[in-house]
Amino acid sequence: MKRHGRFAIALWLVSILVCGIIISRTQFTTDLSVFLPRSPTPEQQLLLEQVRDGLASRLILVGIEGADAPTRSRLSKQIAQRLRADPEFVSVNNGEPVNAEEDRDFLFSHRYLLSPNVIPEHFSVDSLHAALSDSIDLLASPAGLLVKALLPRDPTGEMERLIGQLSSGSRPRLADGVWSSRDGARALLLMQTRASGSDIDAQQRAMAAIRAAFDGASGASAGAILLMTGPGVFSVTSRDTIKKQVSRLSFISIVLIATLLLLVYRSFTALALGFLPVVTGMLAGIVAVSMGFGVVHGITLGFGTALIGESVDYSIYLFVQSERGGTSQQVWIKRFWPTIRLGVLTSIFGFASLLLSGFPGLAQLGLYAISGLIAAATVTRFVLPHLLPTSFRIHDLSTIGLTLGSLLRRAAALRWGAVIVLAVACAILVQHRAIIWDHKIASLSPVSQADLKLDADLRSDMGAPDVRYLVVVSGTDRESVLRAAEQVSTVLQVQVEQGELAGFESPSRYLPSLATQRARQASLPDSAQLEADLAQAVQGLPVRAQLFAPFLADVEAARGQPLLQAADLERTSMAMAVDALLIRQDGHWSVLLPLTAPAGGNINAGHMRTVLTATNLPNVLFVDMKAESDQLYSGYLHEAIQLSLGGLVAIIGLLLVFRAPMSVLRIIAPLAAAVITVTAGLALFGQQLTILHLVGLLLVAAVGSNYALFLDRTNYAQPSSEETMSEAKRLVHSPSPRTLASMVFASLTTVAGFGMLSFANVSILQALGVTVAPGVVLALLYSAIFARQADE
Amino acid sequence: MMTPPSHALSRSLMQAALVALALMLSSGGSHAADWGLDQLMEDLAKIRSGRARFTEEKTIAMLDAPVESSGELFYRAPDHLERHTFEPKSESMTVDGGDLLIVRDGQEYRLQLQGYPELAAFIDSIRGTLAGDRQALEHKYRLGLEGDAENWVLQLLPVDEKMQAIVWRIRIGGVHDDVRSIEITLADGDSSLMRIERLDKP
Repeated sequence: MKRHGRFAIALWLVSILVCGIIISRTQFTTDLSVFLPRSPTPEQQLLLEQVRDGLASRLILVGIEGADAPTRSRLSKQIAQRLRADPEFVSVNNGEPVNAEEDRDFLFSHRYLLSPNVIPEHFSVDSLHAALSDSIDLLASPAGLLVKALLPRDPTGEMERLIGQLSSGSRPRLADGVWSSRDGARALLLMQTRASGSDIDAQQRAMAAIRAAFDGASGASAGAILLMTGPGVFSVTSRDTIKKQVSRLSFISIVLIATLLLLVYRSFTALALGFLPVVTGMLAGIVAVSMGFGVVHGITLGFGTALIGESVDYSIYLFVQSERGGTSQQVWIKRFWPTIRLGVLTSIFGFASLLLSGFPGLAQLGLYAISGLIAAATVTRFVLPHLLPTSFRIHDLSTIGLTLGSLLRRAAALRWGAVIVLAVACAILVQHRAIIWDHKIASLSPVSQADLKLDADLRSDMGAPDVRYLVVVSGTDRESVLRAAEQVSTVLQVQVEQGELAGFESPSRYLPSLATQRARQASLPDSAQLEADLAQAVQGLPVRAQLFAPFLADVEAARGQPLLQAADLERTSMAMAVDALLIRQDGHWSVLLPLTAPAGGNINAGHMRTVLTATNLPNVLFVDMKAESDQLYSGYLHEAIQLSLGGLVAIIGLLLVFRAPMSVLRIIAPLAAAVITVTAGLALFGQQLTILHLVGLLLVAAVGSNYALFLDRTNYAQPSSEETMSEAKRLVHSPSPRTLASMVFASLTTVAGFGMLSFANVSILQALGVTVAPGVVLALLYSAIFARQADE
Repeated sequence: MMTPPSHALSRSLMQAALVALALMLSSGGSHAADWGLDQLMEDLAKIRSGRARFTEEKTIAMLDAPVESSGELFYRAPDHLERHTFEPKSESMTVDGGDLLIVRDGQEYRLQLQGYPELAAFIDSIRGTLAGDRQALEHKYRLGLEGDAENWVLQLLPVDEKMQAIVWRIRIGGVHDDVRSIEITLADGDSSLMRIERLDKP
């Protein structure tokens, strides 16, 4: 072994070691927000943060099915009791009136600061008379019993108004004292975790705690089933799915490729050596992503699985294409390495475009692919030849190669057929052009349809609004955003009365701005005035003014009451609403006002925007979360398409440097044909293209370029050394049988690697699989069919 | 009595005729001899649904005069009860199982009966009586029956101490399987008297 050989091996071993150390410290994630775009505006940033860390992300909806209603109720109560003591949970609601007393105390003691009725006219003689008359009517009703005790203190019905406001939202029905679905078949609980939804470990702990509480409580109640859903639950199950899928698919494709290689090589040494570049490439890919992004995504690892099939190609070329004997690797390096190097370069140019993507997830894939391929090719070129034992030999593939050679010569006969297929593909694409791309961001979600349905069911049972429409008010301090929220609320209330909205929520209901509270305080008349007015107001009513002495005292107290602060809400169920809707971030305040669409209708976004603009309030934004995120995604999809086209241009440019223009056309044409045919095939099967299909197409071009380069006749026109002169002459018009055999095996391994991904349940991985596997085969076929023939 | 005498007279004549008819149709005279709480409950339980007009008068200490209301009741066995008040103000209350829905001034209030023991006490006593569910009634009240099938009064006294602090006594009066009045006296002395007249009597 030569000296520089030893040096190369040593260097390689050291790099492997370093890679190992870096990887052992690498963080792996499955948080799919990396496949959400890096958002360009602060509002969109806020939205994405809401999706990741906001209150909605911290909710876990729990359902208990099976057994009978009393059992479900008992389970619900036991689970809730146990989890209320668990610090992982901020709140656990199951319909039991645990906060009822605190809520009532809070509302009652702050009723004059909270009630929107409190304006100066509210305490005029006429208004008092009307309010008293109403209250007396209420006493006559069955509910009168509930307000009887309050009448002397609250004759104007502020408490009734506040409670009405609170219970206006749809709430789940109660069965046996706990929340239940409308059909009564499920008990429901709503939990809020302390950790944000993007803290998947914490979400997993919370899920385990819920499961443990259920198991601990269920004991004797066989037949009861626990269901969980919510963003955090989705993250946890996605992670599990991705983990399971990636490790299973990696295992299967490694076994598959190994079997294939063993069949070809008939040598374990060759198999083991052949995997060295693959392993090195995987390690290098992980290290590059880890250092470039700080974390490595599970999807990137899954993608890496598929890249095994691609990086194993280099060693296949080396083993199959080299002659037997000690010096043959040197020959291979001289004859074939330039072609492979060009192939690697085109792949790198193709993937480089992904690095510029606004999706961190895509950029990761690009970086992984580039560094992995470089590492694999480098090891194949500089390390592997020195590791081959002198007696190294693999099964002779000349026979297969010769058969392939004669097939290749006859492949030209298929040209017309291929042209027809291509024409049909083009026709399909033209026909489907409007629906080729999937612009919905949900298409990237790894969550299964069944899980989405369960989520939708539990949500509708719970009466939880889908936070699709929001008005976002932002500002520099709490007071200003609350004031703006109050003004927006006034406008929204008009929309509710006009039927444009079913309702809306605002934190200013429970925590009015200080200005509003002061105005309400100022509306309260002094004792002497109120007493005089009250004496007049009771005339004609069956009550005596003396009865309302406690009312006078309460109003007087409210005039001097300290204003309501956020801390006063603690331990009430209103605190959760305020926490969720009033957000402070980096000294910046925002209020979210979720809107509920009218039953069976949609919110007219244009109308709402006009109405809100008319308020002349700065920093008020109407947001349709779904449209917004789809639009964002759509924008990035366009960006990715442009980047891919850029990548294509880069590949062509690169080839033009090394090859004649006609030759470049011959290399590019089969790749373009393969891409068109695959896209048409996907359209035909109803698969709309996502950003990951696009990555797949890029891979088809990258991998396919290797085949096209090898099949391109010009490679063999110039013999690169004395030893091969005779062979080069013999093969001046077509690739050698060995080259052909190596290409077929290389494409088989690629198909095996990516083909496995087609069976993934994770849509992102599946998209890659169904694009690359057929695409690679097609690229090889088209390259063979359209390769220049000896007689041309 | 609130009803004018002439009206009451014609009604009682009608009822007497109906009772005579019912006695003739029923199997023998042993019926009357065995009459008691069990028989009353059994008779009441046979009624699966009913609609009635009501007037209610509440006497509340803090008010100088009683407040009156009127409207219609609807009952469906075993636990569905609706009360639609027309006067003095339109309002409805629907109890279904443990859920209570009050609609008033276009506002809906959904309550869980468990959270409002005062309301639950009345509703359970009325529903329990209409359903003829002796067990359910005895779970919460000490029962006492006065009178005979022609004119009975079922008295319910709360067993639970907490309930005793709210309700003193409930008296339900009726004729055969027909509940005619519900009188509730609260622990604080306030009381209400509801008179009921069935609208769909066969």
